[in-house]
Amino acid sequence: MNLINMRSLGILVFACGLAIMVMLVLASFAVAQSDPNRFNRLMKPAAERNAPPPIDGIHDGENEGTYLLQTPLEAFATLPESKSGNYVHWNEAIDQNAIAPRNSLGEQSMPPIVLDLNIIREVKGSMPDVVYPHKQHTQWLDCANCHPAIFIPQKGANQISMASILLGEKCGVCHGKVAFPVSECRRCHSRPKQQTADK
Amino acid sequence: MQSPSKLLIVILFIAAVFAFGYYEAARAEYGDVVMNEFSDEAGMRPVVFPHWFHRIRFRCKVCHGDLGFKFEAGGNGINMLKIIDGEYCGACHDGGVAWSIENCDLCHSGIPNTPTHVHHSTVQKLVAPLRTGADDSADDGDAEAQE
Repeated sequence: MNLINMRSLGILVFACGLAIMVMLVLASFAVAQSDPNRFNRLMKPAAERNAPPPIDGIHDGENEGTYLLQTPLEAFATLPESKSGNYVHWNEAIDQNAIAPRNSLGEQSMPPIVLDLNIIREVKGSMPDVVYPHKQHTQWLDCANCHPAIFIPQKGANQISMASILLGEKCGVCHGKVAFPVSECRRCHSRPKQQTADK
Repeated sequence: MQSPSKLLIVILFIAAVFAFGYYEAARAEYGDVVMNEFSDEAGMRPVVFPHWFHRIRFRCKVCHGDLGFKFEAGGNGINMLKIIDGEYCGACHDGGVAWSIENCDLCHSGIPNTPTHVHHSTVQKLVAPLRTGADDSADDGDAEAQE
């Protein structure tokens, strides 16, 4: 009897030690988070990405339904990666047939009407010019989603600035909310400026 | 021999609960939309809409064209009556394509008092930190943006 008590005491001490270790590791992680000089404060460490709903900070962990939801990591396991946003390259996912999002409700999903037309916008600053590909956009959207409410379908008719995009207008209606964020400068600003002599 | 192993499980559970305390920060998916126009008032948790889950299955234009969703969080005035009538979410969430409205807590799964916003949006990061007042403490996303 005494022996069993000793043994259970041993296990108790071991368990307490283990518990303290776990807490210390996570506490040090939290300290690393709050370290004012950590690199890079705005960049999410890989371990923090694609958190499961119960601990993602907006789902309620006390709600039973939260635990029934699919976790992002499970869904993203087979999808091509990117550097920001959901860390999924959504257009490559379509191109590689990793996903096949439907284009309409109802039994038969009509294929999208894809327009392969690049619009080049020469920008004022020193950044490379913007190449706007209709192709990647029409894979997801209808013409009427953007034209004419957001963009007037006429060359030179749209004033676009990074300020308006950052405030959620023009491209910023989607980019910076669900489509890849504006931190991915070179995905839009992708064509080197032409030499002035060529013009 | 039963009790020590049970004790071990209990202690590990308590440790895990404490650990999550340290680990709390808003790090939901990019594009998750919290909708709290009517929920709090009605005593329900706010709705969390995961864009990522839906865009795997449907192109943007299905909801933002065919179903009439505007590109604005909280701009559609969606309520349960409209959903029951088959509008907005109700076009699919009718027990046919997707779960029906009886499964309240699958959609109404947000932390109470979270304001309507698009999680991790540039606007939220840039504009929200300038706001002051009561709603700041309620918005987990703001807290992260202010870091």
